Amino acid sequence: MSELRELYQEVILDHNKNPRNRRAQDSATHKADGYNPLCGDKVTVFLRVEQGVVRDASFVGSGCAISTASASLMTESLRGKSVEEVRALFGRVRSLLTEEVEPDIEALGKLAVFSGVREFPMRVKCASLAWHTLIAAVEGKEGHGSASTE
Amino acid sequence: MTKSGIDLARVREDFPILAEQVRGRCVAYLDNAATTQKPRAVLDALNHYYAHDNANVHRAVHVLAERATRAFEGARGVAQQFVNARDPREIVFVRGATEAVNLVAATFGRTHVTEGDEIVLSVMEHHSNIVPWQMLCTEKRARLVVVPVSDAGELDLAAYERLLSPRTKLVAMTHVSNALGTVTPIARMIELAHARGVPVLVDGAQAAPHVAIDVQALDCDFYVLSGHKVYGPTGIGVLYGKLAHLEAMPPWQGGGDMILSVTFEKTLYNTPPHKFEAGTPDIAGAVGLAAAFRYVTGLGLAHIAAHERDLVEYASRELARVRGLRLIGTAPDKAGVVSFVLDDVHPHDIATIVDQAGVAIRSGHHCAQPLMERFGVAATARASFALYNTRDDVDRLVAAIADVRKVFG
Repeated sequence: MSELRELYQEVILDHNKNPRNRRAQDSATHKADGYNPLCGDKVTVFLRVEQGVVRDASFVGSGCAISTASASLMTESLRGKSVEEVRALFGRVRSLLTEEVEPDIEALGKLAVFSGVREFPMRVKCASLAWHTLIAAVEGKEGHGSASTE
Repeated sequence: MTKSGIDLARVREDFPILAEQVRGRCVAYLDNAATTQKPRAVLDALNHYYAHDNANVHRAVHVLAERATRAFEGARGVAQQFVNARDPREIVFVRGATEAVNLVAATFGRTHVTEGDEIVLSVMEHHSNIVPWQMLCTEKRARLVVVPVSDAGELDLAAYERLLSPRTKLVAMTHVSNALGTVTPIARMIELAHARGVPVLVDGAQAAPHVAIDVQALDCDFYVLSGHKVYGPTGIGVLYGKLAHLEAMPPWQGGGDMILSVTFEKTLYNTPPHKFEAGTPDIAGAVGLAAAFRYVTGLGLAHIAAHERDLVEYASRELARVRGLRLIGTAPDKAGVVSFVLDDVHPHDIATIVDQAGVAIRSGHHCAQPLMERFGVAATARASFALYNTRDDVDRLVAAIADVRKVFG
C-alpha cells in the first residue's frame, strides 16, 4: 500500500473529488483538446492570456483520478504566470514525471505531489495529458489546438 | 480436480509464467481476453521447430525444407480440425483476427459491396470488426447498420432480423463480446442471414478459447480467430473461408507463394489457401498454434467451458456484493468475461491498485468505444478468465478491490 499512498496522495484524491476550475470559458483566448487514445481520456484546456500573462485557466473533461487531479492542480498553478513561465513549468513537470532526477520541489509547489507517478510508468500519460494539452493551447496562439499522448 | 473435470494444479504447472512473482506473489492473471498465457507445450513446439526443423516452406527440395513444410501444412490440418472445416484449403494463416477481417474486407468486401449497400454488425463489435468495414463503406459509399443490445448486454435478435434488408450485403458479427462476455445467438443469426442470401463473417477472437467451434454446423461463410487468445503465440491467426468464396475472391497481398507463374505481362495466382499467404508465413507461429489447439482439445473445450462458467458465475456473485460495484453485461449466456465499474472510481485507478496486489486486470474501453457509449461509461474494469484461473484468483481480486476503498474512501 505504501507506493499506492505515494501515488494517491491526499491532495490528489481531494482534487479528484473536487476538481478546481472545471468549467468552460467563453472568453478564453487559447483552447486545446487533449486525448489519450489508449484509454479514451479527454480533456479541454481553456486559457485567458492578457499581455502575455495567464489571467484564467480552466478545464473540462473526464478521466481517472490522476488525470483529473493533474488538470485541476495544473489550472491552479497557472494564474499570474507569463507564457514563458508556463513553458518552464511544463518542462519541470515533465521531468518530475519521467526523469530520475531530484525534483525542484520549491519551483513545483503543490505539483510535487505527482512525484509518485514515476513509479507507475503506465500512468505517466494520465498525469501528463493536461500538460500536453496546455502546451498545445499555448502554441495554438489565438486558435484551437489539439494534443495527443501518442 | 474441479467439478468440471479440469485438474487445476496440473494445468497450472503447464504454464510457467503462472509461477512468476509479481510484487512478491504469483500473478493472478485475469487479463486473458487481451491475451492468454502459453503452456509449455507451445513453448516447446516453437523451440523444437527452430532447433530441428527450420527452413522456408513450399519451395526448396532439401530435407529441412521438407520438414518445415510438413510442420506448417500439418498445423493447417490441426487448425482445420479445431474449427471443424471440411477442407484444409479453407484455412488461411494470417497474423490474427484483425488481419483476417481486413483481408475479407479488402477482397470479398470490395467485390460484393457497392454504393448504397449495407453491412450489418453489432454495437458490441471490437474495433477490429468495425473499422475495416467502415473503411470499405467510405470507399464504396455503403453504410454500416448497427444491431443494438439490451441493458443486460444481450444482442437484440428481433432488431437484427428487422435490420436485414435487401441492401444487406454482409453480416460481420462477433461470436463472444470481448468487453461484456456475451455469447451471441450466432447460429440463428447466420440462419436468418442465409435465408436472405446474405453471407456472414463471424469474429471468433473471443470465442475460440471458450466455445467449441464448428464452422460446418454454423454454416458461416468466414470465421476469424487470433492464436494468442487461445494459448498460442502472438502473430498468428486463422481465417476460415468457405472454399467457394476463397476460390472466387481476388488475392489480397501480392508476392511469393501466392503465385503459380509470373511474367511482366501477367501473373497466374495460386489456389487457396496459398493465394492469400504471400511471402514467408509465420511458420513457427503456425506450429506453436497447432500445439495450442492440441493442448486445448486434449483438455476438452467442454471441460474448459464448464470451469470458466463456474469462474464467471462465482466472480459475478462475489463482485456484485462489493458496495458501489456495478456489473456491465449480465446476459445469461456469457463466456470468460466480467466487466464492472465502481462508484466514481475510474477503472484505471482500480487496475493500478489491484495490480499492487499482483492481480492483473484490464481497464479502459477494450477497443469497443461504441459499446462504452451505449452503456454510458467511459471505461470499465474487466476481469477475464482462462482455463488455469482459480476461485482464489477471484478472491484476490475482490480483496484487492477493498484496497481501492481504502485509498479512495
